[in-house]
Amino acid sequence: MVTFHLDGKACESRPGLNLLQACLEAGANLPYFCWHPELGSVGACRQCAVRQFSSPEDQTGRVVMACMMPVTEGTRISISDPEAAELRESVVEWMMINHPHDCPVCEEGGECHLQDMTVMTGHHTRRYRFTKRTHRNQDLGPFVKHEMNRCIACYRCVRFYRDYAGGKDLAAFGSHDSVYFGRAEDGTLENAFSGNLVEICPTGVFTDKPFSEVYTRKWDMRGAPSVCVHCAVGCNIIVNSRQETVRRVLNRYNGEVNRYMLCDRGRFGYGFVNAPSRIRTPLLRVDGQHVSVSEQDAMAAFARFVGDGKIFGIASSRASLESSFSLRELVGEEQFSTGETQQAQNCMDLARTLLQSHPGHIPTLHNMESADAVLVLGEDVCATAPRLGLALRQSVRQASFHAADEANVPRWLDEAVRTLGTDCPSALYILTPAPTDLDEIALESSRAAPDTIARIGFAVAHLIDPTAPAVPDLSTSDTGLAQRIATLLGTAERPLVISGMQYGSPALMQAAANIAAALARTKPQAGLSLSLPDCNSMGLAMIGGVPLEAVIDKAVAGEISTLVIMENDLARHLDPVSLSELMNAVPNVVVIDHTASSCSERADLVLPAAAFTECVGTLVNQEGRAQRFFPAVVATPPVRPAWRWMTAIAPHCAEQKPRQDLVNWEHEDDIMAAMGRGIPALAGAVNAAPGSSYRFHSGKIRNETSRMSGRTVIRSHVSVRDQPPPPSPETPFRNSMEGTYGPDLPGALIPYFRAPAWNSVQSLTRFQQEIAGPLRGGDGGVRLLRDHSPSQPGITEDVTTVYHYGADIPPPFLPRNGEILLLPETRLFGSEELSMHSPPVVARSSPAVLRLPETDVRPDRIELRIQDVSYLLPVQSMPGLAHGVAVYPAHMTIPAFAFPRLVPLNAIKPDHTDGGAS
Amino acid sequence: MLGNVRTLILTFLHAFQSRVTVQYPEERPYLPPRYRGRIILSRDPDGEERCVACNLCAVACPVDCISLQKTEEQGRWYPEYFRINFSRCIFCGFCEEACPTYAIQLTPDFEMSEYNRQNLVYEKEDLLISGTGKYPDYSFYHVAGVGIPGKERGTSEHERPPVDLHTLLP
Repeated sequence: MVTFHLDGKACESRPGLNLLQACLEAGANLPYFCWHPELGSVGACRQCAVRQFSSPEDQTGRVVMACMMPVTEGTRISISDPEAAELRESVVEWMMINHPHDCPVCEEGGECHLQDMTVMTGHHTRRYRFTKRTHRNQDLGPFVKHEMNRCIACYRCVRFYRDYAGGKDLAAFGSHDSVYFGRAEDGTLENAFSGNLVEICPTGVFTDKPFSEVYTRKWDMRGAPSVCVHCAVGCNIIVNSRQETVRRVLNRYNGEVNRYMLCDRGRFGYGFVNAPSRIRTPLLRVDGQHVSVSEQDAMAAFARFVGDGKIFGIASSRASLESSFSLRELVGEEQFSTGETQQAQNCMDLARTLLQSHPGHIPTLHNMESADAVLVLGEDVCATAPRLGLALRQSVRQASFHAADEANVPRWLDEAVRTLGTDCPSALYILTPAPTDLDEIALESSRAAPDTIARIGFAVAHLIDPTAPAVPDLSTSDTGLAQRIATLLGTAERPLVISGMQYGSPALMQAAANIAAALARTKPQAGLSLSLPDCNSMGLAMIGGVPLEAVIDKAVAGEISTLVIMENDLARHLDPVSLSELMNAVPNVVVIDHTASSCSERADLVLPAAAFTECVGTLVNQEGRAQRFFPAVVATPPVRPAWRWMTAIAPHCAEQKPRQDLVNWEHEDDIMAAMGRGIPALAGAVNAAPGSSYRFHSGKIRNETSRMSGRTVIRSHVSVRDQPPPPSPETPFRNSMEGTYGPDLPGALIPYFRAPAWNSVQSLTRFQQEIAGPLRGGDGGVRLLRDHSPSQPGITEDVTTVYHYGADIPPPFLPRNGEILLLPETRLFGSEELSMHSPPVVARSSPAVLRLPETDVRPDRIELRIQDVSYLLPVQSMPGLAHGVAVYPAHMTIPAFAFPRLVPLNAIKPDHTDGGAS
Repeated sequence: MLGNVRTLILTFLHAFQSRVTVQYPEERPYLPPRYRGRIILSRDPDGEERCVACNLCAVACPVDCISLQKTEEQGRWYPEYFRINFSRCIFCGFCEEACPTYAIQLTPDFEMSEYNRQNLVYEKEDLLISGTGKYPDYSFYHVAGVGIPGKERGTSEHERPPVDLHTLLP
C-alpha cells in the first residue's frame, strides 16, 4: 500500500495505479473521459487535470493529467486547486463548443457521462458565439445508432473496437476539429462486440438502436440483475423494463466473469421475450387445432393427462435449475430425461467429469485474460462462447505486459504498452476444422478434422508428460505441430487449454483435459476450460437424467402415456424421423415453454412459461458457476414460471408417487433447499444469490430508481385508481421506487448502477472495492466445481481426485471420395435458438450455406443426403476449411442431424435449380 | 368592551367597501397569461408537435402524474402517447419549467371539473392544441443538431455544413 495526499488528506492506495484511479478509489470526484479501466490511459481528453506538489514545502506545484501519472508514496495532489479546476472547466467548455443542442432527443440523456462531467466541472454557460461543426451520420446496422455531432473525440470507441475487440471496420478519420469516428462507408459493424460501444462511448455518439425504438430514460426503468441465456458463459446482465415490457439489456459487472463487456448476441438477443412467438395463454388441441383455453381448463387437461400414469418428463439445457428440478420431482428420477441426445449428454457428462477431476485450475473468464499461453482445441469459441473469445484476445497481450514490466512501463499506459507489444509474439494456438475470428492473433492456427485435432492434442499431452498415452502413426507435420505446442505450453507459467462440445467429439475434450492435466503436474495454474452449448448445460449435467434415445425406446414400447416437455424444442436435438417416432408413440404431449417452437405446435397441451425476464431462476455456467437471475417484468397470469405449473399439478397426482415436497413449495427458496437435499452436487447453488428473505440495511431493495416517473398515471387509462406496486415475495426486491439501495449491495443483487453525481455506467467505480476488482458487495455467483489450484484456498478440501489420462485415441480422419464429413457450423447470429426470435439478431444473421473447402470446386447448389432425406443446399467455398470437411449451420434450414457424420454429396446439374428440400 | 365596539365599527365600514367576491360564472375574473391552469401541449411555428418525448416533464412532476412513450419518425421524436392524470396534478408548473422545447405549457383555464374522476385522465389528443401557446417563435429542431425531414444536417442555427471527410485540406 502507498499513501498519497489528496487535498491535504492522507489516502491509502495500491502501488502501480495512476492518480486518476487512486483518486476515484479514494472516493473523490475527478472528471475524465478517455480513461477506461479496461482500456488504460492515453491522456487524450485533458480532463483529469490535478495539481501535483513535489514536497510538503512545494506551494506552487504543477498541473498534470492524473491518468498519466503513477501514484507513489507521498504523492501530494490537489483536485480542488483553482487553476486545475479552471482548466477542467475550460476543457469541458471546449468540448461543448461543437456539442449539439439535442440532449432532449438523445438516447444517452440522463445516463450521459458528458452530462455528469459537465456538471461536475461546473461549466454551465455557453460563451462561444460562433458556428458549430457538424458531421454526417452513418447507418451502422441493426444494433448501433450513430450521431457523430455529439462526439467529443475521446477515442474510446476506436480504442475499444480496434485494440480491445480486434475490429477492423471502425476507425478515426480526418483531423483536428473534424475528426470522425465511423466506418469507411455505411454498413453493419462487423465485430461481435459492437454493442459495447453504447456503454464505452461517454456521450451519445453510439446508442442502442433496438432500445431507441422503445426508448425510456434510465431513471424510468426497473432494473433486474440477470444472467444472459444465450450461451454457457453466463455473462451478468441488467434487464431494464418499463410498463411490464423489456426495454434493453445492459452489462452488469462481475469481476470474475464478463466484467465490462458483453457480446452482441447477449446484448440484443433478449427480443424473444417480447416477440409474437411468445406463448401467452394455455393452448389445448381440440379436433386437431390449438385452442386457447382458460387456466382452469388447462389444469384440468393437465391433470387428466397426468392421471393416466406413466408420465415422463423432458427437461432442457436452457431451463433454469428450478424448473428442471421441479420437473424431475414431478415425474420421478427414473422418468426424467435431460432432453439431450446420448451423444450430447455423453459430452456434457464428460465435460463435467473432466473439469471435476482436473488437477489444475478451472479458470474464470477473468483468469483467462491473464493466461500466458493458450491452446484452443477444436472449438470456435468466437461463435460458441463469444465473451470467452474476447478474453482470449486479451490473453494474447500478456507478453506485452511482461515486456512493459521489464521496461518499467506501467501497464495502464496503454499506447506505450501496445507499442511494446508489437514485437511480442502471440502465445495462442488454434486447432479447429474451420477458420475462426481469433486466427489473426494466433501464433499458429491449423485446420484439421476433429479426430485429427484430438490426436494432435493427445500427442501434445504425451510430449509434456510421457506417462500420458502416446499417439500411434502421427504424421510428421502433426508431430512437428504437437512439438511446437508442447514447447510453448511447457514454458508458460499460466497455460490454458480450451475445448468444447461444438463438434460433438468427446475425444477433443479428453485430449484437452489430458494436456491440461499433464501441465498441471508441474504448473498448478494450468487451466482447463470446456465450452458447452447452452446457458444451463452444466446445471443439467449435474441434475442428470436419461437421454432422448431412451425416451424414444420407452415410448415405442408403450411405457409412456404422457410426455411433459419443458422449455425444449426437440427438433433441435432429434432428427425428424426420431422425433415423429416419439411424438406418434406418446398419446399425450404437454409442452411447457415461453416461445412457440415446432415442438409446441405438435403438442396436445401447451402451457405458457415465464421467460428469464419474468421469474427467478438459477443457471450454472460452463465453469460451474451458479448464478441467479431475477424478474424485471411481472409475469401476467396465466404465464408463470415452469416450476409453478409443476407445483400446481402436483396435488392432482399425489397418490401416485410421494411428491409431498412439490406440494409444499411456495417460493424459489424452497426448491433450492429441496434441490440441495436431492442433488448434493447442486447444494451450493442456493448461495448463488441471497434468498428472498435477504434485507439490505434492514429493508427490501428497490429495483426502480428513486426518480421513477409516472407512478400515478401509468395505469390510469385503465383505471384512475392507484394500484399498489406488484408484490415480489420471491425476491429480495421491491417493485417500487421505495426501498434500500447503495454501493455495498451484493453483486448478485445490483438492479442498476448509479451513484451521487455519477448517473452513467461509469458510476460502476463506486461499486467496486478497487477499480476493475471485485464488487464491494462481492461478485455474484458461487462456483460448484472444485478448483485444485493453490491460488484458490478454501475450496480445495478434497484433492484426492486423481486424474487418469484418457486413452481413447481416435483413428486419423482420412478424406474420402464422394463423401464428406459434415460438421455443424456454429454462428454468433443464427445458431442460438432464442436469440433468433429477436428482430435485430435476425437482421444480423446471414442465410445458411453449406461451406466446402476451397479446393473442392462445386456448383452453386448441392444435394445433401441425411438419413434418406435429401436437401438442396446453396454452396459456398470457405478458404481454410479442413480438407474433406463441410460445415453447415444446423437448425437454420434443415432439421437437426447427428454429427459428425459422413454424408454423400451429389453435385446438382445446372438445370435442376428448383430450390428447397426434395 | 372597547375591542367589541371596534370590531363592530370595522365590520360596519366593510359594508361600504368594494366587493372582492366575483359572481362566477356570470362574471369571470381576469387571469394573467402565466396563470397555472390546465396543461396543454403546443405546436411549433411550422405546426408540428413540439413535444420531443424527452421525459423531463414526467421526471420533474412531484406527483408523478405525467407519463409518455417516445417514438420516432425520420429522426424526429414524438410521444407515442402522452397522458396526464389531472386528478393528481397540483398545477405546480414544474413540467413547464423542465420542458426544453416549450411544448408543455400551463394555461389560464381552470374549469376542468368532472363528475367522474376517470375523465380527468387526459391523453395526447386532449392535450395537444394547434397553436404555439406563449412562445410563438421557438422551434426546437431549428436549433438542435439532429436532421429531420425538411431540415438537413448542418443547417440549424449556428451550424456549419457537415464536414467533408474526403477533403485533404486541414
